Amino acid sequence: MAKTVETVIRELSGPTPGQIMRSKVFGHRGLMIGGLVLLFVILVAIFAPLLAPHDPYHQNLMIRMRPPVWYDKGTWEHVLGTDHLGRDYLSRLIYGSRISLAIGLIAALISGLIGTAMGIAAGYFGGKVDMVVTFLINVRLAMPVVLVALAVVALFGGSLQIVIMVLGLLLWDRFAVVMRSATLQLRSMEYVTAARAIGCSTRRIIFSEIMPNILNNLIVIVTLEMAHAILLEAILSFLGLGVQPPTPSWGLMVSEGKQMLLFEPWMITIPGVALFVLVLAINLMGDGLRDVTAPENRN
Amino acid sequence: MLVFTLKKLGLALLVALAVSMLSFALLYLSGDPAAAIAGETASDSDIEAIRIFYGFDRPLLVQYGEWLFNAVRGDFGQSYYFQLPVGQLIADRLSVTMILGVCGITFALLTAVPLGVAAAVRPNSLIDRVALFISVMGQAMPSFWFGLVLIVIFSIQFQILPPSGSESWRHFVMPTIVLGYYAMPGIMRLTRAGMLDVLSADYIRTARAKGASEMRVMFKHALRNAIIPVVSLAAVQMGFMLGGSIVVESIFALHGAGYLAWESIGRNDLPTVQALILIFSLFYIVFTFLSDLLNAWLDPRMRVG
Amino acid sequence: MDNILSVRGLKVDIPLAAGTLHAVRGIDFDLARGETLCIVGESGSGKSLTSLALMDLLPKRAQRTADVMDFAGIDLQKASNRQMRKLRGDRISMIFQEPMTSLNPSYTIGDQLTEALLLHRNVGKAKARERAIELLEKVGITAAASRLGQYPHQLSGGLRQRVMIAMALMGEPDLIIADEPTTALDVTIQAQILRLLVDLQREMNMAMILITHDLGIVARVADKVAIMYAGEVVESGLSRDVFINPQHPYTRGLLRCIPVPGRTRPGEHLGSIPGIVPSLIGESVGCAFRGRCDVPNDACGGDIPQRFDKTGHFYRCVHNNAQPEVRP
Repeated sequence: MAKTVETVIRELSGPTPGQIMRSKVFGHRGLMIGGLVLLFVILVAIFAPLLAPHDPYHQNLMIRMRPPVWYDKGTWEHVLGTDHLGRDYLSRLIYGSRISLAIGLIAALISGLIGTAMGIAAGYFGGKVDMVVTFLINVRLAMPVVLVALAVVALFGGSLQIVIMVLGLLLWDRFAVVMRSATLQLRSMEYVTAARAIGCSTRRIIFSEIMPNILNNLIVIVTLEMAHAILLEAILSFLGLGVQPPTPSWGLMVSEGKQMLLFEPWMITIPGVALFVLVLAINLMGDGLRDVTAPENRN
Repeated sequence: MLVFTLKKLGLALLVALAVSMLSFALLYLSGDPAAAIAGETASDSDIEAIRIFYGFDRPLLVQYGEWLFNAVRGDFGQSYYFQLPVGQLIADRLSVTMILGVCGITFALLTAVPLGVAAAVRPNSLIDRVALFISVMGQAMPSFWFGLVLIVIFSIQFQILPPSGSESWRHFVMPTIVLGYYAMPGIMRLTRAGMLDVLSADYIRTARAKGASEMRVMFKHALRNAIIPVVSLAAVQMGFMLGGSIVVESIFALHGAGYLAWESIGRNDLPTVQALILIFSLFYIVFTFLSDLLNAWLDPRMRVG
Repeated sequence: MDNILSVRGLKVDIPLAAGTLHAVRGIDFDLARGETLCIVGESGSGKSLTSLALMDLLPKRAQRTADVMDFAGIDLQKASNRQMRKLRGDRISMIFQEPMTSLNPSYTIGDQLTEALLLHRNVGKAKARERAIELLEKVGITAAASRLGQYPHQLSGGLRQRVMIAMALMGEPDLIIADEPTTALDVTIQAQILRLLVDLQREMNMAMILITHDLGIVARVADKVAIMYAGEVVESGLSRDVFINPQHPYTRGLLRCIPVPGRTRPGEHLGSIPGIVPSLIGESVGCAFRGRCDVPNDACGGDIPQRFDKTGHFYRCVHNNAQPEVRP
């Protein structure tokens, strides 16, 4: 008997939810690696002027297409070489992180705002509102994103602001879908019914009962859509209809390097790897956050 | 079943209508289409003449009605650039894109479904980890960069595959891999999750208790139920892939509809762009509609009602 | 009587991070054709794992060992996967607790009924269909032929369990294992299904293992009873011996929990057994029930004698008929 009671007590006096959460976050390898890499890229972007060895826009046609230092002809002066206009590749790579992060973050926030508002409205009010939102989601999903984005950017000209706006206005679908079903689930929960029963206003219920409970979902999708937006920007720039030269965008760098594919494959490898690592890090973090915050993993 | 079909069909038509309005509206996002056609050097009277020639002076609704009426009959107007009927232009190019799309989704399904099943049968095993690795890589890999890397490896280093063109099946190998790899991670993850879910179901135990072999349990009893959501996803992915063919076709210079779209955007050839957006959207709508029907056929619970 | 099933020292161990969970700790039983053995116990007592162990359908991590596990002359421990597959669904059938989820939603009742027969016997589809209709009628389903084309979701829980029973009987098995076949059903349906199962078992002269936590059921249908507690059989024997002359304090406690019509007054306090089941992780010494027993003494922490009488009435307790007979 004594033994059984001990077991029960041990089970009851386990770690607190906070402790569990912390150990989960730090114990999740993908989340940690993704988070650290993302942090690194963010720091690089913030301190780009301090870190970049050269002006990313400064052309020097005398030293065009110098290979990176690990090639025979490479120099420490230009660690990652120079591009077809003699600009320092490392500096352009460093400044390019600003473009990718800015586009990813702002586009994800804009689309998050649109999608979340639509999703919550559909899930909470149901009926006609839900029908309209579901219809809009269907229409949006039917539109080919890359094609529409390319066409719109082509019409308005490829500035950074336009690219961000277009992506922000196009990528809200996943937010709406997930927020709608999350809200739908919550709406039938007892505590929401209770809040309604004691006469809480709709606004209050949405902001103090529903929002906090879908925040986890929201953060996960923000990260995943951020990765999506970064990839799309790179695609648009690669196809020549995104961010315009001479802005240092990684997608654009791949596109410029494409001309030299035969002789200088490193010119596409370097920005491509940067893009890949950044997107991978954000995805790992998103997946990790989803694992860690999933309700079934919580106890 | 009939009610279900009609409902889905009605929805599909409404979505198609909305998409057609949006693609039509695109023409006017740019401001004055007549000025765009005439070019920067044109005089005001030239622009006016073009406006009247193309009918841009009429009310918007009339123009939309006419455009839609013609579009339904396959007439999408004249290409500004080629001075040819857009419908014919697209029809010529569509087969390449369709081949690419079918190859891509087939490649994705043939790799993703077996891998997903294997991963689910032995969770946390080596094969599960490999599958996870492949899918995580695929989700982060920029498709255009992946395509270029393949070209460097297979066309430049080993010279076993042609880097561009669409003359033989060998031209389609790399584009298929790039396009298929884009759709693969999602399909694999869904297959794995579905199989894991289904394998713990009571009816799997029932099947084992009947003396069914493991193969029979996996494929007849489990996969049949796990594959239902995968069908929907594959249809959606197929739609996305056709839309995404623009990237792949531009890398490998495959002269399909995606390549045409890219060229036409660069040339401000709006009727062609409009028509392509509408057609790619319609493909997506048709695929999702068919997958709804296929789902209802696969899942008896959806058939009733 | 010849035993069709003999089990000695059956153990099921599940290795866990915290240590090995000894879920079934060496149990014995015999069963002859036409007999019904009821295995009784609360959740976690190991009764369901015992049945899955016989079918070799344990979860992958669980390990099964036994001194003897003999089914109709076949050593189940030595049987290959292939041999086991041949037995399952043909000579040994199983009925599960959850009729709502135990049928595959994607196939018709007909497909699922005939599957085992088509797998094991050399019969054509038409013949199998005929047999399916015959059995559906036998389990009391009307319009049997038209039911074959229906899907599980179109049937109620009671009907589905009837289908499950019909499915188990398709090959006229020698042994049928029913794991709480009525627990998930409405009370009114429970009695019907149970009656049906027992009638068919008698009619086909099958051996049956019925797993339940409901002693009321046991009293009505069992020839033999095995009471399980914490992975061990604490008392077993012929049904009437165990019910009339229960020896183990746990059995007596269970019997006190059953209301007896005409004798238990409304509002009268039914018996209950205080305490919780001990952890099954790691080795244990002494009687597992001693923490909840109403007559514990110092000897309970030591080796527990296994006592038999001449009718095969077995129990595991330090008390040797120390308690007077409890007669209702």
